[in-house]
Amino acid sequence: MSDPFQSYDPGPFFCEVTASRPGDAGAAAVLRSRLAAIGLDALRARAAAAENELINLGITFTVYSDAAAIDRILPFDCIPRILTAAEWRHLDAGVRQRVAAINLFLHDVYHDRKIVKDGLVPGDLIFGNANYRPEMEGFPVPHGTYVHICGIDIVRDQEGTFRVLEDNARTPSGVSYVIENRHLMLRAFPDLMAGMRLLPVDEYGRRLRAAMTEIAPEGVDDPNIVLLSPGIYNSAYFEHVFLAREMGVPLVEGGDLFVEDDRVFMRTTGGPQPVHTIYRRIGDDFLDPTVFRSESLLGVPGIIGAWRKGNVALANAVGTGVADDKAIYAYMPRIIRYYLGEDPILENVETHICREKEGLDRTLAHLDELVVKPVGESGGYGITIGPRATAAQLEAARAALVADPANWISQPVIGLSVGPTLTETGIRPRHLDLRPFAITGKDTWVLPGGLSRVAMKEGSLIVNSSQGGGSKDTWVLADGS
Amino acid sequence: MRAQTPLLARYAEGLFWLARYVERVENVGRLVDVTQIFESPGREAEAWYALVRINADEATYAERYGAPDPDSVKRFYLLDTDNPTSAPASIERARLNARQLRPLISTEMWKHLNVFHREVMATRPDELEGDRLSRLCARLKEGVQTYAGITEGTFYRDQGWYFLNLGRLIERADQTTRLLDIKYHLLLPAGAEERRVTEMSQWGALLRGAAGYHAFRRVTSATFTPEDVVGFMLGDTSFPRSILLCVRQMEWHLSQLRARFGLRGTGAPLERIEELRAGLLSHPVERILQAGLHEFLDWVQRQLMAIAAEIGTAFFRDWRPLADQDQVQDQSAA
Repeated sequence: MSDPFQSYDPGPFFCEVTASRPGDAGAAAVLRSRLAAIGLDALRARAAAAENELINLGITFTVYSDAAAIDRILPFDCIPRILTAAEWRHLDAGVRQRVAAINLFLHDVYHDRKIVKDGLVPGDLIFGNANYRPEMEGFPVPHGTYVHICGIDIVRDQEGTFRVLEDNARTPSGVSYVIENRHLMLRAFPDLMAGMRLLPVDEYGRRLRAAMTEIAPEGVDDPNIVLLSPGIYNSAYFEHVFLAREMGVPLVEGGDLFVEDDRVFMRTTGGPQPVHTIYRRIGDDFLDPTVFRSESLLGVPGIIGAWRKGNVALANAVGTGVADDKAIYAYMPRIIRYYLGEDPILENVETHICREKEGLDRTLAHLDELVVKPVGESGGYGITIGPRATAAQLEAARAALVADPANWISQPVIGLSVGPTLTETGIRPRHLDLRPFAITGKDTWVLPGGLSRVAMKEGSLIVNSSQGGGSKDTWVLADGS
Repeated sequence: MRAQTPLLARYAEGLFWLARYVERVENVGRLVDVTQIFESPGREAEAWYALVRINADEATYAERYGAPDPDSVKRFYLLDTDNPTSAPASIERARLNARQLRPLISTEMWKHLNVFHREVMATRPDELEGDRLSRLCARLKEGVQTYAGITEGTFYRDQGWYFLNLGRLIERADQTTRLLDIKYHLLLPAGAEERRVTEMSQWGALLRGAAGYHAFRRVTSATFTPEDVVGFMLGDTSFPRSILLCVRQMEWHLSQLRARFGLRGTGAPLERIEELRAGLLSHPVERILQAGLHEFLDWVQRQLMAIAAEIGTAFFRDWRPLADQDQVQDQSAA
């Protein structure tokens, strides 16, 4: 039997399966021998069957390009990524710390603004930010929680150090794939998983529902919870369906809700029914046409008024985008120290802020070495990777930087860690990131593992689903396994 | 456990239409299959054009294909996504509704519809030829029947189940009227004996198309008359596709929505149903045939439309604001 790992070479990059780590207890070796026992051909056949299953189940997202909307599955790689119990403890603590700091920061920003007065973060960066919502000023939220669902993008550099790449504090998506990937593995590759002691991922829906119950308006013990979605044409519609089902709550669209006397109701066959907590997967701008974008048809007129009266809870709160902005990101280590009096458990990637002269000069001087990102964008759009860019692309980036420096940050290229991935030429290293998901009501809970996104193209560093990335199951080894 | 969970008006409407569109797919299969049996040498065009007429699709058909022609009619109903009454257009709409309803319907229902949708959309022109046509019709019927079985075995029976069944029953009754109506449009030979034999064979084929032939033979005497067939299709109390049985089931489902879930608004549709039931029971088949079967079927179709409209007004679109709701409650309390 030939070892499909025989020619596997992660090169200079940290490998999430083959790197030797304390506490791995041989899980990686077992995985490798099981993959070898199945063999490449059978792996491919079973992976194809598994992807076909995703198509049949309609586990898809929608890609918008050239005015056409195409339903695609998120490519699934059957070779899992492994996190040891110790690695997970570190990540879990780091994510919880970060979420705590983000919530404290948001409370401060919309109340006393101490962090600005103390000179740690420039005020115009916050108050001039398009995602800052004056409507939120002085408004108390239950338990001080603004960000109930948070996704934190984490990469691992060549030394194996975890670093936060980005915070997603608005409406992060992808958690449904974490759970669906595990179910898919259990169905299609039970022999890979047999006897492995892994932390389960099934608890997410229950935890989310519990948090949504905790934040309901005072006096409501058994709240009516709904998930508000833009509808079937949204790229993440499958995930909205998934989460509504996991929580056991109705998935509603704007037209299903209405506001009367500052109370929110849903339209049912039996007449109006009150709604107490809304997990909304609609951006701030579209939430309430009477407050934000007046042309929005997705939202619910008057919902912000009902919220401000304390009659309905919104998750996430409005105005959280000011905390996950790429410009604020650079200040996160300071923000953590300021509010918690602790050093960050998870480090940032070194970041140059181009709105500051020093950062801009540095970026322009090293454009061909740096990754240049627009602030306030998501989905991997508008990124220029210096070492990979053509001369023309570099010139375009330079022009954009000079025209509007405040719109950009830059970071060194991180040699992202890799995971063995099934490709047409065998098992090959492909770059990965990790997005753990944290749920916060009264307290914060982090789903073990998270979404491991993988750049399916050789050498590619862009893992976003909209750019052809795929995903893997993420195994978190139980303690003592 | 929570008490009865409310059902979004949008979901109720979606379930109602999901069921109607799925039922239509099966009936396209049945109608095409029956028509194929009716096709007699030299009269193919007339036989196939009957399909267009019973669906009241003359204008759409003329616009797209012009003159009656067997191959065009088959394409019109089995391949043409621009024809709203075709199998692919119906499955497309069914799937769109199912997509809206994914939070509610079972994963297995969704998966089957998704796969079945892909199969129907991929129908090739050569599958409409020769003996393959019958197999295509069988696949359409079986795809829907599989879906029905999955639904029976997996769909949670709270409010939504009743709305799903209401849609299915209304559509099924409507399709039975159309199947019967085919007979009205068929030509008969001139000679008396030849005419009698042809007519009996047409009625037999129609019963087979509705999957009622054997049951019909069990409950009627060896020699049957057209009255027997029409009576069976309209008013049998045990045949799943008879109009009376569908009507009685509609009545039961609506009553349950009131009894189990306390839904107001069942009154108006129930009154309409009663009207239809009375019409079915009070007209002896002989009289219906004398006065014109086609006209009677037309009336049934209009009644079914009115029932659907009343259900829509009561539960789907009439999202009463609070003030009105209070008023209704005050009145009932008084």
